[in-house]
Amino acid sequence: MSAFSLLRIAFKALFRNRMRTFLSVLGIVIGVAAVITMVAMGEGSKKSIREKMTSMGTNAMTISPNYQRRGGVQLGANESRETLEEADVVALKTARYINAISPMVSASGQAVVGNNNWPVQLSGISSDYLKIRNYEIESGVMFDDEIDKMSKVCVIGQTIVKNLFPNENPLGKVIRYKGIPLKVIGTLKSKGTGDFGQDQDEVIFAPYKTVMRRFNATTEIRTLYVNTIGEGYASLASEEILNILKERRNWNRPSDPFRVRSQEEMIEMVSSTSQILSLVLTAIAGISLFVGGIGIMNIMYVSVTERTREIGLRMALGARPRDILLQFLFESVLISLFGGVAGILLGVVASSVVRKILEWPMSISLTSMLVSFGVCFITGVFFGWYPARKASRLDPIEALRFE
Amino acid sequence: MGEEVVHALRGVSFDILPGEFVTIMGTSGSGKTTMLNILGCMDKPSGGEYILDGEHVEKLNGNELASIRNRKIGFVFQNYNLLSRTTALENVELPLLYNPKVSPKERRELALEALNLVGLSDRISHFPNQLSGGQQQRVAIARALAGNPCLILADEATGNLDTKTSYEIMSIFQELNAKGKTIVFVTHEPDIATFSSRTLLLRDGLLRKDSVNSNIQNARAAFESMPSIEMVHLEESI
Repeated sequence: MSAFSLLRIAFKALFRNRMRTFLSVLGIVIGVAAVITMVAMGEGSKKSIREKMTSMGTNAMTISPNYQRRGGVQLGANESRETLEEADVVALKTARYINAISPMVSASGQAVVGNNNWPVQLSGISSDYLKIRNYEIESGVMFDDEIDKMSKVCVIGQTIVKNLFPNENPLGKVIRYKGIPLKVIGTLKSKGTGDFGQDQDEVIFAPYKTVMRRFNATTEIRTLYVNTIGEGYASLASEEILNILKERRNWNRPSDPFRVRSQEEMIEMVSSTSQILSLVLTAIAGISLFVGGIGIMNIMYVSVTERTREIGLRMALGARPRDILLQFLFESVLISLFGGVAGILLGVVASSVVRKILEWPMSISLTSMLVSFGVCFITGVFFGWYPARKASRLDPIEALRFE
Repeated sequence: MGEEVVHALRGVSFDILPGEFVTIMGTSGSGKTTMLNILGCMDKPSGGEYILDGEHVEKLNGNELASIRNRKIGFVFQNYNLLSRTTALENVELPLLYNPKVSPKERRELALEALNLVGLSDRISHFPNQLSGGQQQRVAIARALAGNPCLILADEATGNLDTKTSYEIMSIFQELNAKGKTIVFVTHEPDIATFSSRTLLLRDGLLRKDSVNSNIQNARAAFESMPSIEMVHLEESI
């Protein structure tokens, strides 16, 4: 029997029981739509995390002392007490695998302008920091010579502009931070929310030497930000940095005095978390597809019983067991493929609804559609197999006599 | 413990030659149904042999039996066994679907030809529920003819029909037989047997009688001599 004839017979049989077909198709539709939507959610959040990470700068690395101190108590007995200092910054400028370097020191307090005040951390940086973190100047200028002069200037993000200077141009105005006046010489372009939900526009940047000397009264640098010369140079750069820092200190102990972390590592870490989340979501959706498959199996069993006489007749007229098997298999596969196509469409619609209403980043991939379609085909064959085999194994004499 | 073995047929031996019109008669329990299943290649004899058109049927496997049913036998059932919500033409095409040697175009032509032979050319797009019992059985006969089988096997083919329609159906069988078709007709009605050329009588699994019918009745004449339904109605009202 030709595939075309089988297809025609299957179509007719399904059309004859429209309501029943519709309901079993619906089971698959819901399953597939759920898979598509869940995968889109998982992929979307993964992608958006990646994008935000990239906007922070994939080539960024941080260097910090290899010890932890909490409340003045050092954690970990055998660790070094080395700290970073300005001379390290100078030394690292010779490194081949990095092209930007900026210390990061901070002070916390309130920024005050007239009657407005805003709690925000003051970050002490060098001009390279903008390049490393992908910040851009919107108006005014970035400080540079002002660093060595320890000038009392600052560059502010849009959130600060909005809250401290609601209706005026902040350039040239003065912010008082812990009682020290800082003149605004530039504003930053908006960057939006960061990877961990922090507002990246809620920043006040000042020359790091100003923050170290005038606010913190220390020469210790907590963290250094550097930028590698390109993607994939993270481990080379990390090795070079550690060598330079160790050389300066004549370091010969086995453990490293500093810890170098690349942005790539961070991306891996965060991605793997969201990977697990999307796996769980997809598994749950997969279960509903499985239930849809059971629905098909159920309806196919009913169909085989109902059409026992038809099967008997076809066999009497010369249908081989294989012909009967294929006839019913075609039906179940058609149901599941209808469900697959409709489910993909519904999934795409549901995804865009979720994107609109929940403002969740969705990423519908062609792969997930193709995989769903393939899974539907397999579902149809798998769940249609037993009913179809039952039909093909009927005895034509018994089947013809079936009431 | 085991199932009781019942020999539905014992030591039955006969030949049917091409072009014969044979009725197989017997009461229930005579082995008629078993005989029909074996002749129809639906079942294989547990002993002995059945040679159909030169083929040893008892040696064939399931797929070969299906194929021999498809090519060599045309079934006509008591309850027509037409597929519902399927047109007369498609019902007639059904056995040809399972013959890969027949192209879709040939299939249509053969089916139309068979329907023409039973006088239903004007009913090809009708569904079974739009046809009378006699017409449905004629579709079933057309279906049996479509594949040009060497044997037409009818199982109580007039059992669901009134006498007049029975005669009409028998006249079709007689016409087919006159054109050279071999027909085996299983029935328990003696008057049906008078239209055939030979009668086999089964009782308790044994062949009791094998008689040639010297006085074959003409079914067409019998059909035409019957009063039409309207006339009966008229006579009754007088």
